[in-house]
Parts: sequence; C-alpha cells; structure tokens
Amino acid sequence: ISTLILAEHESGSIKPQTVSTVVAANQLGESSSVSLLLAGSGSSLQEAASQAASCHPSVSEVLVADSDRFEYPLAEPWAKLVDFVRQQRGDYSHILASSSSFGKNILPRVAALLDVSPVTDVVKILGPNEFIRPIYAGNALCRVRYTGPGPCVLTIRTTSFPVTPVTESKKATISQIDLSNFKEEFVSRSRYVGQSTQDTERPDLGSARVVVTGGRALKSVENFKLIENLAEKLGGAVGATRAAVDAGYVPNDLQVGQTGKIVAPELYMAFGVSGAIQHLAGIKDSKVIVAVNKDADAPIFQVADYGLVGDLFEVIPELLEKLPEKK
Amino acid sequence: MKILVAVKRVVDYAVKIRVKPDKTGVDTQNVKMSMNPFCEIALEEALRIKEAGFAKEVVAVSIGPSQCVDTLRTGLAMGADRAIHVEASSSFLPLSIAKILKSLADVENPGLIFLGKQAIDDDCNQTGQMVAALLGWPQATFASKVVLDKDKKFATVDREVDGGLETLSIDLPAVITTDLRLNQPRYATLPNIMKAKSKPIKKMTLEDLKVDIKSDIEIVEVTEPPKRKSGVIVSSVDELIDKLKNEAHVV
Repeated sequence: ISTLILAEHESGSIKPQTVSTVVAANQLGESSSVSLLLAGSGSSLQEAASQAASCHPSVSEVLVADSDRFEYPLAEPWAKLVDFVRQQRGDYSHILASSSSFGKNILPRVAALLDVSPVTDVVKILGPNEFIRPIYAGNALCRVRYTGPGPCVLTIRTTSFPVTPVTESKKATISQIDLSNFKEEFVSRSRYVGQSTQDTERPDLGSARVVVTGGRALKSVENFKLIENLAEKLGGAVGATRAAVDAGYVPNDLQVGQTGKIVAPELYMAFGVSGAIQHLAGIKDSKVIVAVNKDADAPIFQVADYGLVGDLFEVIPELLEKLPEKK
Repeated sequence: MKILVAVKRVVDYAVKIRVKPDKTGVDTQNVKMSMNPFCEIALEEALRIKEAGFAKEVVAVSIGPSQCVDTLRTGLAMGADRAIHVEASSSFLPLSIAKILKSLADVENPGLIFLGKQAIDDDCNQTGQMVAALLGWPQATFASKVVLDKDKKFATVDREVDGGLETLSIDLPAVITTDLRLNQPRYATLPNIMKAKSKPIKKMTLEDLKVDIKSDIEIVEVTEPPKRKSGVIVSSVDELIDKLKNEAHVV
C-alpha cells in the first residue's frame, strides 16, 4: 500500500486536517508508505514542507511542487498535478485528501482524470478497499467496497480520525518535483481573484475543543454576542444553525450541520437550537452535548447528554457568571 | 448562450428515511420524491441568468428511471425551456452520470453547466467536478454568487470555502456547482405548471449517447448509525455546571 496525500498548508505550516488524513492513511493496512504532496510557491511552501516532514512519524516522504501556477489552490492545475506526480513517481494504490472545501473541490476532479470512482467523506476504514461513509445527512451509513483496478481515491472526514500526540520524532525526506514537463492547458482560464476571511482570535470551528452554538431564538445580531461571550469564556468556537445564518445573525462560515461544518468537540453547547436532522448530523460525534431550550419537546434534547429547559437569555448570563475561568 | 442544468430526483428533504431491514439500502417505495434542493438552486440561477438577458435557453437534464419525468416537469414549470430525460438505472455512480452529462454537453454545446453541489441522498459531492474534468473545462464549486461579464466570456464566482469566501474568475464554457445561499428558488405557479405540460421532454438512451458505464464501487451494506442515547434533564444552571465539572470533566 502506497498512499499519496494532497496536503493543505497555510502561512508556512501544514493544516491539522492533513495530519488527520495521515492518521487515516495508516489505517489502510500494514507496511504502508505515505507521501505528502505540497504545492504552492515560494518560501512559505518550503517552510511548510520542512514542517510536514516531521508532522507524523509515518510520513515517508514529502514531495514539493513549487511554481507560481500553484500559488492558489485552483482545482484545474492541482488535479492535473496529482495525476502528473502519480505518473512520475510510480503508481500509488491510494490517493487521499481531507474532506475540506479544498479536498472536495479537487479530488473528484483527480478521480475523473484517472477514470476511477472516488469515495468521499470516509468516516471509517475497514480495509485497504472497504470504507464507511455517511449518506442521507448521516441518517444512514453506507459500507462500500472499491473494486476498480486504478488507485483508490478517498476524501477523509477528519473529525473521525483524531490525531493522537506522538512522541517519536522522525524526519521524512523532502524532494522537489521536477515540473519542466508539466503541461497545463488551463493557464489563465481559471483565475484567483481574492478571499474574504473572518479574522478572529477564536479557535477554528472544525477543530475547537469547545463549540457554543446559537439558533434563531437568539433573535438578533446583538443578542448573538451572548454566544460569543460564552465561547470566549470557555476558549471555544462559535457556531450557528442554518436558521440563524439565514436570518443574518452571523456569517455563513459559522454554520454547523450537514450542509455546513461537521464538528466533533469535547463539549458542544446549543442554545435555542431545536435540533433539525441536518443540524444533528453535524454534531453527533461531539463527546458531550449540552442543550438549553425553552421548548421541552425540542428534538435536540433527544441527543443531549445534559438538557436544561429554560430561557437562554437568563441561562447564558448565569453561566457567564458561574462558570470557572478557562485554564 | 445555452445553459444546461442537471437535476436529480431524490427522497424529499423532509422525509425521515428508513434503512431497509435487509441492509441493501434506504426504502424509497411509497416515499415522497422531489427535486434535490441543491439542483433547484442550480436551475433557479440558470433561469435568473436567462431573465437577465445573458442566456437564450435553459435545458434541464435528468438521468434515471422513468419517474424522473416528474422532476423534469417541475423544472419546466419553474421556467426551463425544454428537458432531456436519459433513461437509466438509479444506481449509477457519479462518474457514470458525469460521463453521460459530458456526452450531452458535446451534443448541446452549452456555455454553462449548472449542478447542485451535492445530492441529499448519497451526499457524494462529486459529479460537477467530474464533468468539468471530463470536458476539460474550468470549475467553480460551492457557488454563493455568480456574475457574468457582459460579453459572456467569463464568470466571477464567490465560493463558500472553509473559513470564508473565495472569489474566482473562470472562462466560459465552465461548470458551476451551487451552494445553499446562492438564491431562493421560485415556486412554480399554476399557470406555469399548466404551460409546462406542453413543453418538450426528449428521451435519450445510453446507446444514443455511447457512454460506457462502469461500476467500480460496490455497496456492501447500508445500516443505521448508532443512536446517541439521550441523557439527563437538569433543573438549574448550578446543577449543569456541577455535571460538566464533576461528571463529564469538560470545564
């Protein structure tokens, strides 16, 4: 088993979801070799590559594709690059990326170039070619077997493959990919224009230890500050239901649920959230779920470890007052 | 310019699905079926582009069993000009669907292909990316805003990515997959539903399109996810904090 992982990196460091993907690659079978492919340009790429080399002891090599063409993660040249590396470096049995917006955008395109069916959103690996993935918004689990002759292309739901701290330190070799034969018919047919990101001191929603979420019951942007204050106090991230996002209380990248972010924190606190199936699909792997809602019949209480029937406008201030300061 | 929109017939989003006792799949007998919500958004966007004068024709395509005609009628009632139904088994993998769409695009020569970012049954999120790859066209997935330039040479698309929005500019022809907040799809009015009855739906077969269907993924079984057992109802904030501290050890 030899795996190629399309890595994600930012400002000179490898993203945690890529390390989770390495963890997943390890579960494909014994004696697997894991190659990380980093594309980008300039010094931050080289910095990320050197960090990637020691991000996990099972990484055997780091491949670096350094070119202006990879300055931004455009699907067209990146999918082509994966195919190029595969042809140059020998056949990989598996090609992986995380199920982030990056991986979901690029890997199906790679699979079509290779004429293979990808398996997206893998939550469990049962063998080199057998996987479990959720369907119907997580209301059913589908066990699939890949039977094709080509490489098996997977995207990994990273919350299902937590990274455990490793003490062993090992540095993988870093090699630069020779791109002189890399033909790219997409030059300038797809252009990066810009990105708007929410600048925040808070931890990332996808990997936060604590997530505090508000629903439509918050009623306004101003009231949503209560959720933010509580998240701050707990050192957690802020989430929202689709209803709260649609009502304009918070930007859409805070949406938790099947069509938004899938989270699996140690503590998930939901305020004024009724518990639509779409939302529950995005939180059910949380370790502890707390729900506060005025409506004692809200479906969220059926999945909550601790429920409190009450008015969030009274409960949150009381929590803010009585909860211990974060460590 | 012509716009091709792929629409999928799926179990209605409001239906609580049941896994079949023999674990072969999800029960779709006597269950309400509808157009996949992401596909409705894709069709709505195509119609708005046409109404803004950027496109001449919107063609809806559905691939699957004969009942897909109902889904196409819905699309025609929303405002699509005509429809194509490719008769096929419902178990096709996204790669095969992408090949069928590619083959249709070769015949129809659209300037844009719109698809929903994923179907709410298999949640694959693959077909759009794969059609773009097979055609060798640029792609913009998870679109929340689409603006065409006046000469219809390129589209500027805002994409919903982790941590914010990304803006791309892609040359046409191109493939765009739609995310939830792109628009609010219209309801078909009664007069339009009546009018849709006389709009043409062309039937095509796999032989017509010369597509080689591949099945390299086998479904072993479909099961229900483990149920989270419900916990306890606490009566006060003090009790809640006590449980979180001393029982769950999370604060």
